Amino acid sequence: MNRHLISAGDLTRDDALLILDTADELAQISDRPIKKLPTLRGRTVVNLFFEDSTRTRISFEAAAKRLSADVINFSAKGSSVAKGESLKDTALTLEAMGADAVIVRHSASGAPQRLAGWVRGTVVNAGDGSHEHPTQALLDSFTIRRHFGRSASSRAAGAGAGDGALDGLRVTIVGDVLHSRVARSNVLLLHTLGAEVTLVAPPTLLPVAVGSWPCSVSYDFDAALPKSDVVMMLRVQQERMNAAYFPSVREYSRRYGLDAARMAQLPDQAIVMHPGPMNRGVEIAAEVADSARSTIVEQVANGVSVRMAVLYLLLGGAEGDS
Amino acid sequence: MSGTWLIRGVRPLGGEPTSIVVRDGLIDSIGAATKPAGAQVIEADGLIALPGLVDLHTHLREPGREDAETVETGTQAAALGGFTAVHAMANTDPVADTAGVVEQIWRLGRQAGHCDVHPVGAVTLGLGGARLAELGAMADSAARVRVFSDDGRCVSDAVLMRRALEYVKAFGGVIAQHAQEPRLTDGAQLNEGEMSARLGLTGWPAVAEEAIIARDCLLAAHVGSALHVCHVSTAGSVEIIRWAKGKGWRVTAEVTPHHLLLTDSLAASYDPVFKVNPPLRTAADVTALREGLADGTIDCVATDHAPHPVEDKETEWDTAAFGMTGLETALRVVQQAMVDTGLLDWAGVADRMSRRPAVIGRLAGAGGELAPGQPASLTLYDPAVRDTVNPATHASRSRNSPFTGMDLPGRVVATFLRGTPTVLDGKIA
Repeated sequence: MNRHLISAGDLTRDDALLILDTADELAQISDRPIKKLPTLRGRTVVNLFFEDSTRTRISFEAAAKRLSADVINFSAKGSSVAKGESLKDTALTLEAMGADAVIVRHSASGAPQRLAGWVRGTVVNAGDGSHEHPTQALLDSFTIRRHFGRSASSRAAGAGAGDGALDGLRVTIVGDVLHSRVARSNVLLLHTLGAEVTLVAPPTLLPVAVGSWPCSVSYDFDAALPKSDVVMMLRVQQERMNAAYFPSVREYSRRYGLDAARMAQLPDQAIVMHPGPMNRGVEIAAEVADSARSTIVEQVANGVSVRMAVLYLLLGGAEGDS
Repeated sequence: MSGTWLIRGVRPLGGEPTSIVVRDGLIDSIGAATKPAGAQVIEADGLIALPGLVDLHTHLREPGREDAETVETGTQAAALGGFTAVHAMANTDPVADTAGVVEQIWRLGRQAGHCDVHPVGAVTLGLGGARLAELGAMADSAARVRVFSDDGRCVSDAVLMRRALEYVKAFGGVIAQHAQEPRLTDGAQLNEGEMSARLGLTGWPAVAEEAIIARDCLLAAHVGSALHVCHVSTAGSVEIIRWAKGKGWRVTAEVTPHHLLLTDSLAASYDPVFKVNPPLRTAADVTALREGLADGTIDCVATDHAPHPVEDKETEWDTAAFGMTGLETALRVVQQAMVDTGLLDWAGVADRMSRRPAVIGRLAGAGGELAPGQPASLTLYDPAVRDTVNPATHASRSRNSPFTGMDLPGRVVATFLRGTPTVLDGKIA
């Protein structure tokens, strides 16, 4: 496995399965009264967030703390960054403080890769611009695995088969693919794990070169529904709503929103996912978000386990554990 | 320093070895058997003689951004690249939109003395795209401006572009357009295609360049004026220009060295040294640009030398400045992309890097033949050596060369400006 986690495309199938299996083991910690392992004791993990994202930041923070790492939260607002400090100078500062891992969220695509060139520690991409969000894709695959009986525990119990990958599962990702780092990472990782991915969006919200991606593309949500084991809804950003990507929020919702009627077209076993935060009533109806098929709250819980696994494996936690 | 020079064993335009005698600023003779009295001798076995190169598109950054480049350092870089004339783009601070500013730049060039500096005048006041600058005053100034451009920005208003094309007919000027439809490129970062989709960078679609070129060709034809298209970067643009030239319209075009050699796949590193406007395109575009330059659809190579200080490039991709240095690598890149591939011979290189840009720039004393009686502005070039590009050795004040670490052929050994060496043995004379 690489020293950094920048792109889901950097993970081999074996890498991805190792992370997911490790997350399965670590998830059991979360069920204990004392949710803590000594693995990363003495290690420093910096949460470097140039964009507000409370949910992702606290997920990483919880993951690092459950592994006993020292966590420093560095938020760009009100810091030297707001006073014009460059990314490079921020990186050198963190380096001087001895950060073993830097978890970075940035509005610019590629910022984590630039950072990795300036620090010695491990860099974990917590979402960069419209590029990638690899731990989101990992937690999504983790969630799918559990629901379709392919996790390590269900395999051990004889309930699932295979190596824990997602071969043959049909995943439909719906919404603003053009600007979505969640979509990019999911297409790459789901493909690596053997799932069949279909992107559904208005043509304005697909990259012009989407044909080169390892997935199929449709403009017709209704046609894709009966052929979906998983439907993953993407958030529609407020700024897209006034930039002629679609005529109106209501039209978008009618054509690409998941409401109860559409949910009824799904196969019985199908689940509904959303990376959050949701626009209820836009891309997803409240009754769908709150339905039994929805895994949205579960995704949040799984996020901590998957991020624990990533930090554990990238920081060489196995050595400290022995 | 002018004096008499005997350049022995040199191959004019890559032809048979001969001797060139330079005297009193002119080429005195070609093929002399004996050394003229008092002549200094350059042993030039294996070197090619080219007419001094002319760059239609250089950013010298002075006045305003002397931290990136000055007229002194930029013209040193030009001389080391084999250039004897450069056109200094107008996007300085203050903008070169008055006779006063263009004369200042012209005088700085004369003082530096490393090559001729021909200021380009802004088309619109402050590059604002709203009102014409005083084009006539700049044309009548000591700088004798003939090329006008808002480069860095597109003259996107069709009426303003029409008026500019019409107006410069009065003094034989040309409008050099930076073809970029602004609405289609709002926030654009990288060629729109597979790479931009994968990297999550806002796309810069080819159509944003091609639509403006098509419109401007039609406008130039309508008003009977001369259009020059800056830094053509797409296969579609080559097609449109080929069509316009086929109609007999007065359209000329340039291509940069980097668009002849590099593709958008380099952006995968997110290193902004590869960020440029127009962006690096695809391998298919590179092929079309090379073919267009070879068949003359594209008239010339122009560097778009765009120096930037380190701090403007050591950033995230989105916030980095657009642009690459190019003066000191241009001829070497052209050898790699055009000569070593068999697309152009050295006479062709002389045509595309000296004669034609001099014609487009309306320069009387540049781009001439290598013949007795012509001004002795020439470049001696060794095509047989190779070297790794290291911008730390460049005279340019900036280091943003996209060719850093690349192995490229060739070395400029000497440059003469009207009989005076500006470069000898690869160093500023």
